[in-house]
Formats: sequence, structure tokens, C-alpha cells
Amino acid sequence: MATEYSKPLPVPQPESDHYWEQAAMGKLVAQRCTDCHEFQFYPRVFCTHCSGRSLEWQELSGKGTLFTFTIVHQPPHRGFAGDVPYIAAIVELAEGVKMPSQVIGIEPDPEALSIGMALEVVFEQATDEITLPKFKPALQ
Amino acid sequence: MPNIQRLKNLSGSAAIVGVAESDAIGKVPDKSPLALHSEAALNALDDAGLALSDVDALFTAGWSTLDVAEYLGIHPRFTDSTSVGGSSFVIHVAHAMAAIAAGYCEVALVTHGQSGRSDRAPIPRNSGAPMMQYEYPYGIIGPPVSYALACRRYMHEYGEDRTRQAMAEIAVSTRKWANLNPKAYFYDRPLSFDEYHDSRWVAWPFHLVDCCLVTDAGAAIVITTPERAKNSRKGGVTILGAGEGHDHSMISQMPDLTRAFGRNTGPQALEMAGVSHSDLDLAMIYDSFTYTVMATLENLGFCKPGAAPDFVADQVTAPGGSFPLNTNGGGLSYTHPGMYGIFTVVEAVRQLRGETGERQIKNCELALAHGTGGLLSSTGTVVLGRP
Ligand SMILES: [Zn+2]
Repeated sequence: MATEYSKPLPVPQPESDHYWEQAAMGKLVAQRCTDCHEFQFYPRVFCTHCSGRSLEWQELSGKGTLFTFTIVHQPPHRGFAGDVPYIAAIVELAEGVKMPSQVIGIEPDPEALSIGMALEVVFEQATDEITLPKFKPALQ
Repeated sequence: MPNIQRLKNLSGSAAIVGVAESDAIGKVPDKSPLALHSEAALNALDDAGLALSDVDALFTAGWSTLDVAEYLGIHPRFTDSTSVGGSSFVIHVAHAMAAIAAGYCEVALVTHGQSGRSDRAPIPRNSGAPMMQYEYPYGIIGPPVSYALACRRYMHEYGEDRTRQAMAEIAVSTRKWANLNPKAYFYDRPLSFDEYHDSRWVAWPFHLVDCCLVTDAGAAIVITTPERAKNSRKGGVTILGAGEGHDHSMISQMPDLTRAFGRNTGPQALEMAGVSHSDLDLAMIYDSFTYTVMATLENLGFCKPGAAPDFVADQVTAPGGSFPLNTNGGGLSYTHPGMYGIFTVVEAVRQLRGETGERQIKNCELALAHGTGGLLSSTGTVVLGRP
């Protein structure tokens, strides 16, 4: 990274180390319960659907749809001053979980975006350690 | 689940006898947050005809009661630092009633003080928390971005144009109330529909005027037994019903973006009070954004999901309208230091006492005050009545 990264960075916790390690390798993963088979976002030490303690990591398809979005004009943190306007979003993944992210690769214009539009994951490296899964319009 | 029969027995077992703001609200760079707590506390105790030496219970949020009690120089025998955002202080009112009814204390003081505008040392967040890991890196930071995500989803489900019109109605009607409140930040600044639509974007679909103010302010509430309330300076306003709870912290974990926890706390508070929506003379509903108050009307059961745009049409929520709403001018146009909830109770009490001058509602006997905290996360509702 040529310039210093000035946006907030995640501080991975023991239960989320794997999520961030995989993201750095270009993989989007989530926990799946071996008892009830539900996925969950974000990682925890147990399944919030059935309280089961047996979770396994699974790579996700990276496909999803736009659940909701906002176009941020006033930077909520100084690190985003050069990024506005940007599209903050909640994405509903094909596996059923929702995750917060950004939509990139499309004009930040409410008319250009529609709820339910198909998205696919892209990986944006922030630092040597942290890569952020973001989403772009899916190629049909 | 709450035991509604026992809650009905609790109804009316405490009364609010004092309310006040800090000496000044708005731009107050020469006062620290704890100074604002203290001024409000002294003013509210004066309103009640009581002194700091009478206080035996302390409730606060944002700060620990440890810090506030020490600054005030009091040694409370019951304390509660429940801190779930702007709804906290509405929740404290109910907690105080429970503590008084149980015998833990007799004179409860709820304090708030926040320098949202001028704080020299804002309290940092825990950077390992899930919100900081999963939302902050994407610029999903703070209320405008988070509430805008909920609002856009509401527009998708119930129609963008009618949602926009309702947001404009709320912004304009709330400003009209502020124009009747000399303490309001926008007391002498009217707002037209044209100005609403021309306002700059903060986080689309939110214009600047869809967003609450950012001010410095403090407020406090004094609560005691019905017996002691009878001998207080202005008499008591009875606490009739209450409900509280939350269902997420960060916005992407909200179970249903258009249905906040008021769906539970509103009906519970009304049932505990033994009243229905149509009995209420005043609704004081936390308006962090125009959208918040609109959606909250549905959550609380004033109208069905998706019906708020019709419910608030044609300025019925403005002065002289059929549904008085946020008569102090709200977080949108009166004051909003960060955790505004306490001010909904302050205004409800003043309206019930009939002391709000130009903006006074006729025959105000029953009021609902509702706080929303965090990112549509937590809610607290109380129903208050003239004795
Ligand atoms: Zn499970």
C-alpha cells in the first residue's frame, strides 16, 4: 500500500480469524451448523438458530442480491472523505444470510440500482492483512 | 415474557415530579457533559421542590452512575447505568418505578448530559465489537447511514414516492412545533416543503433536513412515590405503563428493517396502562430521522405496517392538527445531543401539566413517550397520565 490506509479496519477476534484469513485469500466463507444446517453471519462460537456448538466453515458462492442500499454523501468518518458518494449496502447471499458491504463498479445513483439486482463478490485488498469482500453487479 | 397482570398492578406506583433541561441547550461549548448532567439535575430537583440530599437512586446512560454520582456528590442506594442508546432514559423511568415499588429507593434521579456538538473527549468504541468488524470498514458508520438502509428497504416495500412525501410532512410539521418553542434550535427558522426537497443529501434517501440536529444539552427527571408526589411543588405525573427491549445492535442484523422493537414495547405499555391508542392526547416519538418517527407510528400500532404515509398526510401532526406529535420540535428541530430520548419524557410531562405556553395541547391528560436507541436497535415506551 503506497498511501496509509485511513478507514476503520476490522480487528479480528478468535472466532473470526478464519473469516478474515479466507477473505485475504479471495474466499468468502461462513459458518454452517452441522446440526440444523443453517448458515450464519457473522461468526460466533455457537449456532444462533439451534444453539448447537458444532459449526463448520463453508465457502460461499459469492452470489447474492441487493437487499437495501444507501448512497453516502457526507463521510461518516474522515477516512471516507475521498470516497463519497459511495454505495453502502446489505446483500442477501444465495445461501440465505445477509451481510453488510459496499456495491462497487456501478454509478452511485439511486436510479442505477434496484433492490433485488444480482450481485457477485469481489475482493478489495485494504492492507497486507485485511481484504474486504465487496460486491459488483453480476454478469448475466 | 412479561407478566401483564403483575405489570398492571405496578401501573401508577410512581410519579414524575420534576423535569428540566440544562441551563442552556443548543451550542454550549463552555460546559462539559457532566456539567450538563448536573445543571439538569439541579433544575429538575428544583422543579420538584426537592434537593440533591433527597435523592437515593441514580439512573444514567452514556456515563456510568459512578462518574455522575461522584460529580454530583451523592451516595445513591440504587443505581442503573443501562446504556442502550437514546431510549435508555425512557427505560430508566420504568426501572425507577420498579425500584421504588420494590422498596429499594424513594427519590430517583435520571440524568442525561451530552455535548454532541462540542465534546472535547468523545467516548471511543470497542474496536473488536462485531459492528466495528463487519460494518465500519464499509463506511456503514453511525445513524444516518444505518437508518438510510432501513428507509430504502421501507420504500421498496411500501412505495418510494409516498414514503418521501411522508418524510417531508414530518420534517415540516415538526418544524412548525419548534417555531412555537423558544428553547428550540430552529425556533426562528421556518421550513417549507420546497426547502425540504432542495436540502442536500447526507445519505440518500436522507436529505440534511431528514436528519436530527447535533447539539449540546442535558436533561433530568425526578421520580418518587405517589404519596410524596402529592406534596411536591407541581404535583406528580403518573407512570401508567412501560415496555422495553431490543433485537439487534448493528443495522445489518436487524430481523426486519421496517419493524423495530416498538412493535412489542408500544402494545405492552398501553396494555399495562389499560388504555388504547385513541385515548392518547399526545405522542412524543423519538425522531432521529423523519423516517424513524414515521415507521415508529406503525411499530407502536397507531396504524398498520405501510400505512404511516397516509396517517401523517396533510399536516395532521402539526400545531392545530388532529394528531399532536413531538410538540417540542423534536430531535429534528428542537435539540438532539446524541441520546435524545429523555426529552420526549420532559415534554410529555410539561404538556400534561399544561405549562407549554403557545404550543400547549388542550386538555392533555394522557401521553405516550417513546425512545429509540442505537441503530433502530432498542426501544423504550412509557405511558404517562395526569393524576
Ligand atoms: Zn444450528
